[in-house]
Amino acid sequence: MPVLNLLAKKTNRITQPSNKGVGTPGQLIDSEGSNSVGIGKTNYFHFASPPNELTLETGERLGPITVAYEIYGRLNDQRSNAILILHALSGDAHAAGFHKGDEKPGWWDDMIGPGKAFDTNKFFIICSNVLGGCKGTTGPSSINPSTGEKYGLDFPIISISDMVNVQKHLVDHLKIDQLLSVAGGSMGGMQALEWLTAYPERLKSAIVIATAAKHSPQQIAFHEVGRRAIMADPHWKDGYYYGGQLPAKGLAVARMIGHITYMSEISMAEKFGKHLRNEKLHQFSVGSEVEHYLYNRGNHFVKRFDANSYLYITRAIDFFDASRGRELYEVFKGIKAKVLVLAFKSDWLYPASQSKEIVKACKLTGVDTTYCEIDSTYGHDAFLLEVEEETHLVKYFLQKVSFENGVAGEEYGVMEYAI
Amino acid sequence: MQSEPLPLEYKAILEWVKRGASVLDLGCGNGELLAFLVREKSVQAQGIEIDEQAICQCVARGLSVFHEDIDHGLSDYSDQSFDYVILNQSFQQVKNADIVLAEALRVGREVIVGFPNFAHYLARFQIFFKGKTPVTPSLPYAWHDTPNLHFLSISDFIEYCHKRNIVIKKSFFLKENRTIKLYPNLLSEIGIFLISSEERTEF
Repeated sequence: MPVLNLLAKKTNRITQPSNKGVGTPGQLIDSEGSNSVGIGKTNYFHFASPPNELTLETGERLGPITVAYEIYGRLNDQRSNAILILHALSGDAHAAGFHKGDEKPGWWDDMIGPGKAFDTNKFFIICSNVLGGCKGTTGPSSINPSTGEKYGLDFPIISISDMVNVQKHLVDHLKIDQLLSVAGGSMGGMQALEWLTAYPERLKSAIVIATAAKHSPQQIAFHEVGRRAIMADPHWKDGYYYGGQLPAKGLAVARMIGHITYMSEISMAEKFGKHLRNEKLHQFSVGSEVEHYLYNRGNHFVKRFDANSYLYITRAIDFFDASRGRELYEVFKGIKAKVLVLAFKSDWLYPASQSKEIVKACKLTGVDTTYCEIDSTYGHDAFLLEVEEETHLVKYFLQKVSFENGVAGEEYGVMEYAI
Repeated sequence: MQSEPLPLEYKAILEWVKRGASVLDLGCGNGELLAFLVREKSVQAQGIEIDEQAICQCVARGLSVFHEDIDHGLSDYSDQSFDYVILNQSFQQVKNADIVLAEALRVGREVIVGFPNFAHYLARFQIFFKGKTPVTPSLPYAWHDTPNLHFLSISDFIEYCHKRNIVIKKSFFLKENRTIKLYPNLLSEIGIFLISSEERTEF
C-alpha cells in the first residue's frame, strides 16, 4: 500500500514567500536542490506568419506569433507522456529548474522535477508563456511588424480561448496528438477548462486548481481597480508609453491589490501581524510590515511585468466563460478526460463554491472527476504553497491516468484478499 | 501486498454487485471497499467522502472521489444515475438519515446499506446490567467520542423499510466474520441490506 506521508503534520519545508521574490505570488526557493530539473533555457516557436495569421476569438487576425516555452523531462517514443503546465496571471514559461546565473527556480519548481508531482522522470513537461504576455510570447510589448514599433494598444483584444489556441499550435508543433494532462491554477485552471471544452479529444486528463468557470462580479471588481490604477498613471499615456517612463506606480498599485486578494486574513496576520517597523513609507503610513510587503511586491513587479500585458490578460480572465453563455454541463458533454479539481479552504478570491460548480457539471455529464477542498490558510496563494497535499493528489491522479493509458504507470496497491 | 481473509461484509457486497456496474459509495472512507469492487468486479466507481485525509487515501488507490458532505444531498445527480449506491457504515453517521436514504434510493437502482446492530446481545447486556452506553466490536466508540448519530437495530431498519415501502431484496448478517442466520437482531453485530424503492420479487 502506498505510504501516505502527507498525513504527517505540515512541515515548514514550504518556505515563506520571499519579499525579495520576483516571481508569481509566493514563489518558492527550492530548498532541496537535488530534485531539480537543473539548468534550462526558454525555447521559442514562431508561427502564424502572414498570410497565415491566427484568427482570434474577436475575428481579428494576429501574426506572426512567437511562443516562449520550456520543456522538462523526455517525450517517450509513443509521444504519450506530455503534460502541459498552464501559468497564472503573472507567470511565465519558466516553470521549473534554473536559468543560468539565477538564484531562484521557476514558479512551480516545487511541483515539477524528478520525483515531484509532475515527475520529469516519467513525464514530458511543457510550459509556455501565454499570448498577450510579456515573457517571450507575443504581446502588447512586442514589435508590431506593420509599424516597426511596439504594439501598445494596437495589440488586438485576446481571450483565454486565444491563449489556448496558441498552446494548441505549440503542441501541434511538438507533434503531440494527445496530452496526458493539462494542469494549472487560477488563470491556469481557466486554460485547463478551455482545453477540456475546446479540444476534448486532445487530452486524457485535466488538473483544474483554484479557479472558476467564470469570474464573479467581485473578481472582476478587483481586476478593474487594478486596471484603473494603471490607466490613471500619467505615464501610461493610453498604452503608448514604451521608450519613455513606465506607468510603474499604477502597475505597482494593481499588483498590491492582487496580493491582498491572494492572501487570507490568517496568512496575513501570521506573516505581518507580529510587530511594526520603525521606518514609514509615507506620512500616513503606520509602518506596518504589510505596507512594506505590498510596496516591495508592487515595486518588484514593475521591473518584470508590462502594464499593458496586465490590462490585456486581466481582461481575458474577466471575460472568460467556460460555459460560453450556456449551462456548464452542456459544454462538458462528451468529455472523456479524467478531471481533478482542487480548491483551498481559505481561498476567498476563488472560493471552493466556484470549484464545486465545475464539479457539479462533471457530475451531471458523468465526467470521471475527483474533487478535494484542501485545508489551507494560505488563501489563493495556496495553489503555489500547499505543495505536499497537491503533490500527493496530483501524483496519484497522474499515476492512474498513466496506468490507464499505458504510460510508465504502475498499478495501485489494493489489499490482497484471499477469496 | 498482504493476504488476509476477506472481511465477510465485503464478501456479501461483492456477491451482490454485478460485474461492470456503476457504484456510488457514500462515505467511502479510505476507499478500501470501493477499490476492492473495482478490482474484483470492474465496477465504475465514484466515492463521496467528507474527510480530506481519507480522500488522499482514496486517490492513492486510484479512485475518483468528491470531497463533500453526503448530508447535503445528491441533488446534482439525476434519478437512477448509478446501478448501486452504497452506504456502508456511514448510514448511522449522517444527520438526516431519512433524506440521505431517500436520495440514495432515487439516485441508485439499488442501495446497499450496512450498519452496526444496536440490539446485539452484547449491547443489550451492557445497557441492562451495567446501565451504560454499549461499547462493542461493531460499536467501538465511547458515548462522548463517536461518529455515530443513529443507534438502530436490525429490526428497526426492517420496520423502517416496510413503513417506507422500501423493498428489502437481500440481507446478510454477521458477527466477527461469521455469518448469522438465526435471530439476527439478537446475534449479529452488523447487518447489510440490498434494498430498492421498486417492487420486484426476490429470487
